[in-house]
Amino acid sequence: MTMSTSSKISISGVYKAFGANKVLRGVDIELQAGKSLVVIGGSGTGKSVLLKCILGLLTPDEGSISVDGQSIHKTGPRTRQNIMGKFGMLFQGGALFDSLSVWENVAFRLIYADGVSRRAARKRAIAALAKVNLGPETANLGPAELSGGMQKRVGLARAIAARPEILFFDEPTTGLDPITADVINNLIRSQVTALGATAISITHDMASARKIADEIAMIYEGKIIWRGPAKDVDNSGNPYVEQFVTGSETGPIKVMAG
Amino acid sequence: MSALNPIAPIGQAVLGLLRTAGAISIFAWRGIRAMLLPPWYFGQVGAQLMRIGFYSLPVVGLTAVFTGAALALNIYTGGARFNAEQFVPNIVVIGITRELGPVLASLMLAGRVSAAMAAEIGAMRVTEQIDALHTLSTDPFRFLVAPRLLAALISVPLLVLIADIIGVFGGYGVSTVILDFNGATYIRNTLDFMTSGDVTSGLIKAGVFGFIIALMGCYHGYNSARGAQGVGRATTNAVVSAAILIFAANYTLTTLFV
Ligand SMILES: Nc1ncnc2c1ncn2[C@@H]1O[C@H](COP(=O)(O)OP(=O)(O)OP(=O)(O)O)[C@@H](O)[C@H]1O
Ligand SMILES: [Mg+2]
Repeated sequence: MTMSTSSKISISGVYKAFGANKVLRGVDIELQAGKSLVVIGGSGTGKSVLLKCILGLLTPDEGSISVDGQSIHKTGPRTRQNIMGKFGMLFQGGALFDSLSVWENVAFRLIYADGVSRRAARKRAIAALAKVNLGPETANLGPAELSGGMQKRVGLARAIAARPEILFFDEPTTGLDPITADVINNLIRSQVTALGATAISITHDMASARKIADEIAMIYEGKIIWRGPAKDVDNSGNPYVEQFVTGSETGPIKVMAG
Repeated sequence: MSALNPIAPIGQAVLGLLRTAGAISIFAWRGIRAMLLPPWYFGQVGAQLMRIGFYSLPVVGLTAVFTGAALALNIYTGGARFNAEQFVPNIVVIGITRELGPVLASLMLAGRVSAAMAAEIGAMRVTEQIDALHTLSTDPFRFLVAPRLLAALISVPLLVLIADIIGVFGGYGVSTVILDFNGATYIRNTLDFMTSGDVTSGLIKAGVFGFIIALMGCYHGYNSARGAQGVGRATTNAVVSAAILIFAANYTLTTLFV
């Protein structure tokens, strides 16, 4: 394996277990700057855990993860904070701050970390909300007053508001109607194509995956078992990927019987 | 085999206790560091001062007035056995300022404030809001823990000072209305007898108790296990551990002030 020096994100041999539950069992991913990778895989295969390991929110048991050539787990808090500043993350559950209004959520990093004035931050928050199809009338609501899909979109607006270099989206279109989902797909695509961000998205929605991915990788039993250009996902020649893409109950992937 | 060894469970309990003590010490150290070093979130400190300080006034006031009143009655009854009824004001003021004001107010605050902090921060933990803070370049110790510690350090002594005054007036009320004391004499006896050491020792206790109250709320919330049950347990543990630590600290501090 050659370690490409131009990798934005480089993950090698990452293991992570919770007690006896061995979730990640040797994950390797190299991702070039300005590319969009979509990770697919069954529920509970460790996709969210993988993102949290890259973000330093979970510490892998083994292996190394580096961003722009800097290891994230073997570094001081200052460097770590710098690396964290490059990321924007949409959490699977939204993870909105329920003590703050919608716009304060979206503007959080601008106000509290980047020192932008509240007035300017509010303007940028409302612009970011518009990008996820939410009007200015939602800005002053509390997260608890929103529907699940709206919360997801606010989380997305929050992830992109500070224009980070690296974007992680954990199931960005889950719970959205097909039209809004398409708006979100285009938005994610444009973050990468127009703004040059590097993105990793997790999704079960193959239409969304095809639209936002340069490349697709499939995780199964704790490893990346296939990776290829998005257009190849329908004729991957890999029985696991074929079964996942066609959504068939029969195939090599074990389906728990009731 | 180790299950049959009668010493093993004791050793395990001791080790567990030491581990917890170590974890709490590290947590406290990180909290104090965050309190002393910038960036500071003054808005958060202000909000916590309101919540811990201002909104606790009714609870603390009611506790103090009833305690002062009951104390006066008890001292009167006890004093009557050796013709020392006239010492009611002197003993009430000592009892309230040195012991009952700080201890009872802090115990009520443990129920009110530690519980609320543990529940709020615990809910933030389980809904990934604390993870979200990290990804938004904001240190949870600075944003969540330090403002609470600081606000408790400031507001608990102030609340106890108010409790001292209200407690003395609880004693005054009972003594003048029921026990036929002369109001002016009662106040004069209180003021003549009381020393500044009585009050300051109580206020120093209050500062320590305030730190314990916020520390236990934050620590248990921050380390909350997953799910609603995890948050429930964190809340219970916060209140119980804060109360026990308050009693232990009270004894230790009292030995210093006698
Ligand atoms: N903090 C944690 N503590 C213990 N176990 C965890 C924790 N986080 C995740 N797990 C376990 O790790 C496994 C993978 O979880 P993960 O959330 O990564 O799945 P996923 O691939 O994102 O699934 P989904 O598509 O349903 O979101 C699960 O078995 C889960 O129970
Ligand atoms: Mg997930």
